[in-house]
Amino acid sequence: MNLNLTLVGQLIAFLLFVWFCMKFVWPPITAAMAERQKKIAEGLDAADRASRALEDARAQVEQEMKEARAQITGLVEQANRRANQIVEEAQEKARAEAEKIMASSSAQIAQEAAQVRESLRAEVVSLSLIGAERVLGASVDQKAHSKLLTELAEQL
Amino acid sequence: MASENPTATEYIQHHLTNLTFGHHPVNGWSFAHGATEASEMGFMAIHVDTIAWALILGFTFCGIFYLGAKRATSGVPSGLLNAVEAVVDFVDNAVRESFNGKSAMIAPLALTIFGWIFMMNLVKLLPIDLVPTLFKMAGVEYMKIVPTTDINATLGMSIGVFLLIIFYSIKIKGAGGFLGELTLQPFGKWLLPFNFLLEGVGLIAKPISLALRLFGNMYSGELIFILIALLPFYAQWLLSVPWAIFHIFVIILQAFIFMMLTIVYLSMAHEHH
Repeated sequence: MNLNLTLVGQLIAFLLFVWFCMKFVWPPITAAMAERQKKIAEGLDAADRASRALEDARAQVEQEMKEARAQITGLVEQANRRANQIVEEAQEKARAEAEKIMASSSAQIAQEAAQVRESLRAEVVSLSLIGAERVLGASVDQKAHSKLLTELAEQL
Repeated sequence: MASENPTATEYIQHHLTNLTFGHHPVNGWSFAHGATEASEMGFMAIHVDTIAWALILGFTFCGIFYLGAKRATSGVPSGLLNAVEAVVDFVDNAVRESFNGKSAMIAPLALTIFGWIFMMNLVKLLPIDLVPTLFKMAGVEYMKIVPTTDINATLGMSIGVFLLIIFYSIKIKGAGGFLGELTLQPFGKWLLPFNFLLEGVGLIAKPISLALRLFGNMYSGELIFILIALLPFYAQWLLSVPWAIFHIFVIILQAFIFMMLTIVYLSMAHEHH
């Protein structure tokens, strides 16, 4: 093998290609790769954070649902109690009213009965007087016999 | 060679001769006709085929990677960028693992070495007679298309590496430090000439071994392709196909070894002892 100028030519070409690579090839490619790496890392990080936030939100929703459910149960119970109370109160009131009405009406009835009885008694007295007058043919002195008549009327 | 039915020796000789342009003592500046004329030209000659193919393949490599670099984006990479990035990543990892210092030069250097040597080795997989025959039709007598089967090419690159070793040694350690490293160890200052001999041989051995390893592997592989080509045509594929498949591996391996050793040598140049 003969060594000759080819060697020098190859050496120059070698240095040129290395220079070219160093200047125009290596930096943009590695820069792009590094940047992509950073981007991907950031993306993964963001996804991680988002999924964590989602989990948090889900837990919060669960918690709030539980609270709301408890609150609703309490409200329903309260409403039921109140309804019962209202019904009872109404019943109580109705009963009292009915009793009151009954009492007042029975008093009235009694009063009316007494009145009727009184008027009947007076009627009977006057009827008896008329009957006696007819029987005796003379008038009965109402004043003279009033004591007797009153006694009679009270006996009726 | 020139005759229509060359003998086996002539055939091999023809395939191993570069297209040489140089200053012949008798003919002056001219293309050499045959190996003897080429060797008579001495140092003042140039293997036109080696240089031309090396440049073509080097520009191809640079072009592909430059295109990749132009399309470089931090977004979703497409086909070419993917391929380029895979190679860049591979080289980057190799550099990171073996090189401890900090230098903007080493990684692109390693990429250039790997890519260019790979390209130069790759053309060896072309059928051995294809390109020479085409050129012969065009009137060019010799055409050896694989630059790495030329010791000038491999030595040229390894000398480049050697210059970088010396440059970085002096840059990092200073001229005194580098000379001290060459002369004051391993045996202390009283055995200075002996130290210098040992370290000098060690230093020179680096580029020589780099060049000879690549050249030897590629040259021997080429020679076997040529020998296979001498077989009857019905038997050739039986050997050339397995050899070519095996050589895919050798091509990548030799490019990788050249790159790795360059990284290691430059890493050593960056280290203080």
